[in-house]
Amino acid sequence: MSGYLTGVLVVLAFNVMAAYAVYLPLAAGQLNLGIAGFMAIGAYGSAFLTNEYMWPMWAAIPAGALAAGLTGLLIGLPVLRTHGIYFAMATFALGQVISALFLNLEVVGGAAGYPVTDYAGPNVVFAAAAGVVVLMLYISRTRFALELTAVKSDATVADLLGVPVRGMKVAAFALGAMVAGFGGALYAHHYSFVEAQHFNVLLSVFTVLYVLFGGTQTVWGPLVGAVFFTLVPELLRASDQWRYAVFAVFIIVFMALRPQGLVTAALFRLFRRRAPEASS
Amino acid sequence: MVAQQIVNGLMLGAIYMLVAVAFTLAIGVLNFLNFSLPGLFMAGGMLAFGLMKAGWPFLLAAAGALAAAAFISLLVERFAYRPMQGGDPEVPLVSSLGFLVLLENLMLVQFGSDQQAFPALLPDLNLRLGGLVIGYAQLASLVLSLGIVAALSFVLAKTAAGRRIRTVAESRETALLMGIDIARLVPQLFVASAALAALAGILFAVNYQQVSPFMGEGVGFKGVAAMIVGGMGSIWGAVLGGLLIGLVEVVSISFIGADVVNITVYGLLLLILIVRPQGLMGRAPSREKL
Repeated sequence: MSGYLTGVLVVLAFNVMAAYAVYLPLAAGQLNLGIAGFMAIGAYGSAFLTNEYMWPMWAAIPAGALAAGLTGLLIGLPVLRTHGIYFAMATFALGQVISALFLNLEVVGGAAGYPVTDYAGPNVVFAAAAGVVVLMLYISRTRFALELTAVKSDATVADLLGVPVRGMKVAAFALGAMVAGFGGALYAHHYSFVEAQHFNVLLSVFTVLYVLFGGTQTVWGPLVGAVFFTLVPELLRASDQWRYAVFAVFIIVFMALRPQGLVTAALFRLFRRRAPEASS
Repeated sequence: MVAQQIVNGLMLGAIYMLVAVAFTLAIGVLNFLNFSLPGLFMAGGMLAFGLMKAGWPFLLAAAGALAAAAFISLLVERFAYRPMQGGDPEVPLVSSLGFLVLLENLMLVQFGSDQQAFPALLPDLNLRLGGLVIGYAQLASLVLSLGIVAALSFVLAKTAAGRRIRTVAESRETALLMGIDIARLVPQLFVASAALAALAGILFAVNYQQVSPFMGEGVGFKGVAAMIVGGMGSIWGAVLGGLLIGLVEVVSISFIGADVVNITVYGLLLLILIVRPQGLMGRAPSREKL
């Protein structure tokens, strides 16, 4: 594999992990616009443990993910009092505050950034992203995913049917935060350097962008969205300075044609219906 | 010193206020978080700059920029808002962000990524009041912004058009049943919010004498924060929120440091969302399910 291709695929792996971090709460109808903040917690947490306490990477990365998940749990409780667009804005503000806090934290280098000692190679990153995808596929087949969909579709009915709506929302939010923290921690170890400026609002917003673009009705949507958003700008590289403009036109046209995203539940039904017809 | 910072904060706040009012029109009436507005803010400043560089006088260039922003906003309505009706509320967000990326990159191709110096319109004309220094351009833009917001508030409260808009905000179906031509009203709202955002961009360019293809992002997000702090859907809430965010930003820069701006501004937003989710001047949201 050429260095360029590996580089692109590593970026793709990180984007896939971020996409599922956004997808989990979104499956329960919660738009998290502050995913970058949780990635920063994972990144700085894991980097700090390996740098200052000599933790091995395999222990520090899960610890960073747990720290992000725990923050999601603690902050999710008050923040989930808000709904809809208010919730989205609260997470947006949260993401901004978290990365600004790291920017001002001199223990981890402040604005100058923070070098990380332990290095995780591309294969580790690929394996981790594959692991996240498999985990999500597994979750999508459990009762938990079904209950998340119920909460998203109609919280009142879900509540009447005995689904713990608030608990579901908090769980989805915290789990998403944990996945984000996991991705962030790996990011720190792969690039051997973290700076708070990387975890800015545009990172959060663009992650949400490709998750919605891929579609949130099925578990495959975020994957497709992340692949599209990572690879298409690379393919458009030939058109150089126009590529992001062309890419933006792509997004607008695609969304006008497929408002529910590229991969929808109806698309899956289409395939399932065809299959028996072909055999008969 | 403190008084001077308060004045500076209010001047910056006036810009946020216009952006916040633009957002509040889109959210309050259409329930659409329109992320193309930061792009239209930037397009206002950049196009005014480009037209002036081409030799147009300022007022003509500003009018041209406003007209262009209004036209772009109609495209946003056509391609980002209209096809998405009936879907999840967060879906139009994607295409409106697409427009933001598109606008930024078109300007990037046209003008380059560097910050450009916007010509000074009223060079060194300052009002001195006691120890305070207030630029005439800034004062004029504060007065202009407040005047426009007051006029908008009057239109919404007292005129037939305003009543139609408020009906749509209250309930889309009812408005339709009452014979309100929503298909005509929605594009008008898009033009109005685009004009507000673009005007804010032009005033920003005049006051701070700089434009760049990415100037919309920071200001746009602070405009959203201002809208929420004040209370979504409330015009005067957006005014209060805008001025407050401007003040907090300027005061924390001068007394603590530039790096803490995001902590104070967005910390304030987070605090308000947790303590008083409807914002300072918003009405309590109609009890949502659960």
